[in-house]
Amino acid sequence: MKRAGFSTKWLPILLLLPQLLIIAIFFYWPALHAVTSSFYLQDPFGFGQTFVGLENYTHLTSSVEYLKVAKFTVLFTVLVTFFSLALALLFAVKADKVLRGAKTYRTLLMWVYAVAPPVAGFIGLLMFNQTWGPLSDLFKFFGWDFTLGVNYFDTAFAMIVVSVWKQVPVNFIFFLSGLQSIPRSVREAALLDNRSGTRRFWDITFPLLAPTGFFLLITNITYSLFDTFGVIDTLNKGEPGNNPMTLVYKVFVDGFRGNDLGGSSAQSVILMILVLALTVFQFRLIERRIHYT
Amino acid sequence: MTIKTTSKILGAATAFTLLGTAAFAETEITWWHAMGGDLGETVNEIAAGFNASQDEYKITPVFKGSYEETLTSGIAAFRAGEQPNILQVFDAGSATVIGAKGATVPVQDLLSENGVDFNIEDYISGVRYFYADNAGKMIGMPFNSSSPIMYFNEQALEAAGVEAPVTYEEFETVTAPALKAAGYVPLVQSHLPWEFAENFFSRHNLPFATNDNGYDGSEGTKILVNTDEFKMHWTHVKQWLDDGYFGFYGTGWNDNQAQFEQGKVGLWIGSSGSFGGLMKKDLPFDFSATNLPFWSSITEEGYQTFIGGASLFAMSGKSAEENKATAEFFRYLTSPEVQYMWHRETGYVPITTAAYEMAKADGHYDRFPAAETGIKQLMLTSGENTKGYRMGFYVQIRDVENREFSRILSGETTVDDAMATIEKEGNELLARFAKTQG
Repeated sequence: MKRAGFSTKWLPILLLLPQLLIIAIFFYWPALHAVTSSFYLQDPFGFGQTFVGLENYTHLTSSVEYLKVAKFTVLFTVLVTFFSLALALLFAVKADKVLRGAKTYRTLLMWVYAVAPPVAGFIGLLMFNQTWGPLSDLFKFFGWDFTLGVNYFDTAFAMIVVSVWKQVPVNFIFFLSGLQSIPRSVREAALLDNRSGTRRFWDITFPLLAPTGFFLLITNITYSLFDTFGVIDTLNKGEPGNNPMTLVYKVFVDGFRGNDLGGSSAQSVILMILVLALTVFQFRLIERRIHYT
Repeated sequence: MTIKTTSKILGAATAFTLLGTAAFAETEITWWHAMGGDLGETVNEIAAGFNASQDEYKITPVFKGSYEETLTSGIAAFRAGEQPNILQVFDAGSATVIGAKGATVPVQDLLSENGVDFNIEDYISGVRYFYADNAGKMIGMPFNSSSPIMYFNEQALEAAGVEAPVTYEEFETVTAPALKAAGYVPLVQSHLPWEFAENFFSRHNLPFATNDNGYDGSEGTKILVNTDEFKMHWTHVKQWLDDGYFGFYGTGWNDNQAQFEQGKVGLWIGSSGSFGGLMKKDLPFDFSATNLPFWSSITEEGYQTFIGGASLFAMSGKSAEENKATAEFFRYLTSPEVQYMWHRETGYVPITTAAYEMAKADGHYDRFPAAETGIKQLMLTSGENTKGYRMGFYVQIRDVENREFSRILSGETTVDDAMATIEKEGNELLARFAKTQG
């Protein structure tokens, strides 16, 4: 059998080179830099520095505040991922059944996808405004004195709502196309076996959606951990105070606002390890049980 | 073509180029600042005024975002060798810049080396040493300087039948109950660390940090927030909130100022630099301002306060011509006319006595008595703890203060625990900063 391939060795390398260079310059080099800076305490202007070994790391692990931020990040990630996926799946299943005006429904549901995170955060600021926000007014009507930016729980609630709202459309698109790729014959066969729509969904549709769901799970966890930065920054209005923040936002607060290069480098190294562990875990343990067709 | 003609052409070309450059031999300098909106317009006006006043130098102001963003861009640019000639750095970031010996040319040296007269006594006393080193040499040129003062809604005070309070005791027993009964939120503030921490210490002439408030170097400096007087203040603030004497709407400056502007609030502790903006806003009520209150149980008379705002640093690594241009710009900037214009337009204090005298002579304070509050407060009695404070990583320490103060107000922590936390985390940050200097 003849294998398709390159006749020379250097051509594939040459073709890969631009991509490799980009990765090296924009990922490996800064990552390496972060690792080295995390062992130093240095003057931001670059005049003085002291080698402190692991002190930047022990400072973090012994900090009650850092652990509090880490706990919030985990909770935030779980809630945002769960609600983004669950709501999107619900919408996709419902939209899949619509026959008349299906295109309009779909377009309307996808619309929010185009909103940039800081803009989403800004819309959140307007909706949840303490004095005249329509959503705050609604909550006040039900006796919940909603104070964005003053009450920790209320601010966290707003951050989760805005982040979920922003992410649902992306998941919706993927779930919908996943649903539409399930063969009609399979669905019809299932219909003969069982009349219960709920049972058919959990026994047939849901397992067949698993590859899409798994892919979305990974992207949603990454989204909650990293891409929600704009939402959190906007809702904190640049002055976090006692408001919740995620680990990525803390890297920014300490490094870019506070000019503590060593401390924030250590934080970003911790995040890198976290992402690495997460990726290995997901691909090793979960992907084995999922069959792509 | 012979060699002779070629050289002739070349010669002519060179002469032409030289002529060209001679005609446009302006030394260009850049100024990175954090003044947005109306303030940015006034900054552009100052720069245009300087450019029009002579034809040797040209300054270009560039808006770089918030105070924190401006400092961070300045640092990143410095490390890449692309720093601007002048960088505006805010109060909390000044320890970082002054600590980095070699990042800037001390403004006092810059001026005297370039033949610009400099006498620190020309500057008003509250401004003089805030950006100076421990020997009293001015490092950063004070620019937008303000102090926390107390604005009041005149209709609110009238409705309540009270005067603006001088002391916090008077506020607590007389002003606040009357304003509350009249249907107003008695008091709001805008910046907890600046107004209820830093200036609490200067107003009562209490030390804010060891090592002469940090001026004697970062090594071993400790923050002094865990004290009886300071805890007393915060116990009362929390009590005011619970009694409906004090409103708190978030860490952001505008969240609280907006409440005052809407006419719901009697007293607002804001910045003297907000005066110009408030005048332009056409508020639904008349307002005026008075000094920041003090506790008569701590001191019989209130001392002068710290300035807030920012100063201009001349970055190092620039050519002698450019430094000369920077010095000339500072000469223009500190001239009484420009200072008075800046003061009049924005409400920031004039930094020199001459500019203050000019504003007085022009009748500015007869027209707007409240405009004089900030500068008068900066000229009150000084004490050993009122010249300023110098703490490294203070931006992060402020974040810790903001966090813990907000938690006191939301009931998540107690005053004792909050002060212990600020002391612990503050001292850790100070010790870490000292190591960055090594």
